[in-house]
Amino acid sequence: MRYLPLTDEDRSLMCNRIGVTEVDDLFNDIPHEKHLTHLLDLPQHQSEYAVEMQIKALAKRNHSAQNGPFFLGCGLYRHHIPASVDHLIQRSEFLTSYTSYQPEISQGTLHYLFEFQTQVAILTGMEIANASLYDGSTACAEAVAMACRITQRTPVLLSGGLHPHYGEVTRTALQMKTIDIRSSSVKPEGGENLLDQITADLACVVVQTPDIFGHLHDLRPLAERCQSLSVLLIAVVTEPFSLGLLLSPGEMGADIVVGEGQAIGNPLNFGGPLVGLFATRQKFVRHMPGRLCGQTIDVQGRRSFVLTLSAREQHIRREKATSNICTNSGLCALAFSIHMTLLGGEGLRRVARLNHQKALELVSALQTLPQVEVLNRTFFNEITIRLPMSADLIAEKAAQRGVLCGVPASRLFPSERFENLLIMATTELTTDQERHHLIETLRSLLTEEGGK
Amino acid sequence: MSSLDSENLSPLVHGKPPLTHKKSVSGHYGLQMEEGLIFDKGRSTITGVDWENPSLPCLKALGGLEKQAPLNLPGLTEPETVRHYVRLSQKNYAIDTGIYPLGSCTMKHNPRLNEKLARLSGFSDLHPLQPDCTVQGAFALMQELGRWLLTLTGLKAVALAPRAGAHGEMCGLMAMRAALEVRGERTQRKKILVPVSAHGTNPSTAALAGFDVVQIAARGDGRLHLEDVVPHVTPQVAALMVTNPNTCGLFETDIEKIAACLHAQGAYLYCDGANFNAIMGKVRPGDLGIDAMHINLHKTFSTPHGGGGPGAGPVVVSDRLAAFLPPPFVVHEGEGHFSLHLINEDHPSIGRLTAFHGQMALWVRALAYALSHGSDGLRQVAEDAVLAANYIRVCMADLFSQPFGSQTCMHEVLFDDQWLEGTGLETLDFAKALIDEGFHPMTIYFPLVVRGAMLIEPTESESKASLDAFIMVMRDLALAIKRGEKERFKNAPQWTPRGRVDETRAARQPILRWTSPRL
Repeated sequence: MRYLPLTDEDRSLMCNRIGVTEVDDLFNDIPHEKHLTHLLDLPQHQSEYAVEMQIKALAKRNHSAQNGPFFLGCGLYRHHIPASVDHLIQRSEFLTSYTSYQPEISQGTLHYLFEFQTQVAILTGMEIANASLYDGSTACAEAVAMACRITQRTPVLLSGGLHPHYGEVTRTALQMKTIDIRSSSVKPEGGENLLDQITADLACVVVQTPDIFGHLHDLRPLAERCQSLSVLLIAVVTEPFSLGLLLSPGEMGADIVVGEGQAIGNPLNFGGPLVGLFATRQKFVRHMPGRLCGQTIDVQGRRSFVLTLSAREQHIRREKATSNICTNSGLCALAFSIHMTLLGGEGLRRVARLNHQKALELVSALQTLPQVEVLNRTFFNEITIRLPMSADLIAEKAAQRGVLCGVPASRLFPSERFENLLIMATTELTTDQERHHLIETLRSLLTEEGGK
Repeated sequence: MSSLDSENLSPLVHGKPPLTHKKSVSGHYGLQMEEGLIFDKGRSTITGVDWENPSLPCLKALGGLEKQAPLNLPGLTEPETVRHYVRLSQKNYAIDTGIYPLGSCTMKHNPRLNEKLARLSGFSDLHPLQPDCTVQGAFALMQELGRWLLTLTGLKAVALAPRAGAHGEMCGLMAMRAALEVRGERTQRKKILVPVSAHGTNPSTAALAGFDVVQIAARGDGRLHLEDVVPHVTPQVAALMVTNPNTCGLFETDIEKIAACLHAQGAYLYCDGANFNAIMGKVRPGDLGIDAMHINLHKTFSTPHGGGGPGAGPVVVSDRLAAFLPPPFVVHEGEGHFSLHLINEDHPSIGRLTAFHGQMALWVRALAYALSHGSDGLRQVAEDAVLAANYIRVCMADLFSQPFGSQTCMHEVLFDDQWLEGTGLETLDFAKALIDEGFHPMTIYFPLVVRGAMLIEPTESESKASLDAFIMVMRDLALAIKRGEKERFKNAPQWTPRGRVDETRAARQPILRWTSPRL
């Protein structure tokens, strides 16, 4: 077996040294009758090439986004990732190290986490950020739990434009705390009036911008009202490139910003692994979940980094910890940070503008289809359209023609009557040709299916 | 270099020379490169990508929310970026550098085939909300990985969604909570029993899942005994969380009896699967009466630890809990065709645990690992891991102290600090001296049940020569301590990019981000 260095001779020498006749003697603590004497009913070991062929055959059964026009978003976005990002995260010292429990020999990881925390803080317009969480949805649930801890109140108000998965994950995570979670009604056309629903009994209000349908939200009036009632405003950002063009949640007065960082540096990966962003105000630092890297000095007075404030964490606090999180999303945070370093403020702004430009072009092109209604008045790189028939059907038919045209809203809102709504995203990678291909496919499908 | 405030200390400005060198002019020492922060050297007007700057015809769609002030995020060109991160990487120890014997972490070799396969565009460039007909290969892969995990553990149903071990623990406990709800016993069964030796995530998860944690002490032999558990198993108990093999590296010999006792009283048995590497292919947890167990794919199934993540923690459960698992559910419709269901029509699921489906890129790696080893190889993995730990145990037993006597261990061996008594040195000093010798230390001060714990898990990835080299250094250091050497340990590490760091200062005056010196 190519991954196991011990030879039979080694094994026998080691058994001798230990004083057992065979390795099985070391397993005597396992109840005798439960000890497996036969191999389990699974294939036996295979060569590297054989495994490669087998897994490649599975990959071939998937239609990758590279294979044709692609317009899916809804919290995960396909952007260009510079080649150096994936190369660097595969450096052995990043890829195969563990959590930085020994700071003297993990300054590399700690250094980039400190930079990552700073980049996220600047990007979101907040004072501090943590070293990442699993993904945006679990970050959202953690933020709501944190807001309840800080305010010592429980009712929570979720905007109807919040990614439905984020709402569901928050409900799942908080179900045992019997927290009253209220949801504002879902308005695919935009125009949600959240302001009047903010009452003084709330712990927090959760608003996503751009929201799941692509609408932008001005958080400033909400922040003002929240502040006057001591309710915390949690902003959710699932497309971080939007922050290259739009006011950051911090600039608009949010208290906690959570987000999905995948779009920067990380591929779609069928939804995982992802990287949860979590930023807030300095005064809430000891309520924060997840790892934090801090700057300090070593015995010689040199700037050094170390994991800190672990008194909040499970390995110290056990049942009193702020969260049970142990693993973060280190390598994805590194990819985010490297890509962000390559972009810089200027690169981020350019890519953001390109994204918006592509969305404007898509909207114009869709307007040539008389049966299609674009619902958005505001958007960044994602919009929702209403079709004259089932969006699920159109998406399925378009896929058969090699076009991935968007996410049918019914996939995310199975219990709402959104059958005809399709959510579509563009990025800097969308070409004129792909857009043209999409429009012609929609045109012919709408004619064919409409005639049935 | 830009001006620095008092907190942003630079070795050039403020550093005292390292004890063992004269000070260099550059701040570098041979191949050991000093590296600043991107904020010290980048500028927000520099970018390492070549996108054009489009003129937007109209900003109306931004609804008056366009950013006014430029983002002060530093950019670097590609050569500068590559150099920055390569230099940083060189400050890390990694499995690829040498043995990484962190107990309870299973730092095994990460096969590069798995990296290659996870990057196939058929997996990496795939969106989870694509039509089902375009992702049949992904569903087939999920189904196949699930089959491997179920066969290896002898359990009945699997949830792939959890994004880490602790996330899996949450999933398992919530399934138990949901099952109790259906039985009408949720409000009655509020307690979760947790041995003192458990990982911190266990009590933390139990508390977050809404249970009261009751700690149970282990016996003098490091194990949980039926008679110590029985008095705690009341009608108020929902479950016991156990790690098996436990964090002392010992197999819980009473596990079946404990399971039977819990089941007789209507409670469940949760197993922290962090140590599954020790028993894979040797015994199936399902045969021992376990109701739920998470499997850390980043431990047992070799997905890279990546400096602390991402991980993956699929959960396997018994018949009792199968109905309550979270979505998504991959359903085989026949003839190799799969569909994805979000709702289990027959049963009340605990609800969605995470957005989308879970850690696909890690599932690819884990399946590649499983296929590579096969059922014979995975069994060999467990045997080699246990053999290596016991080899270390017997080769060091005369110099180090074992808290529970000289019994056979599983895949990790636990020593305490009794042998250091009277030397003026502690476990930490020993660990830091090990760093100077080019080894990553073992897990220290965990488990909490023994004083000054040193938990060594070599894994199956080490050759005998590598194990011998590690043992030789461990012995050498122990002998040096016994000879009365002290300074070498107190001052360690000296040969690293940084010496011991001031953790108190970091926590008392937290500096969690760079700030502009001009502010």
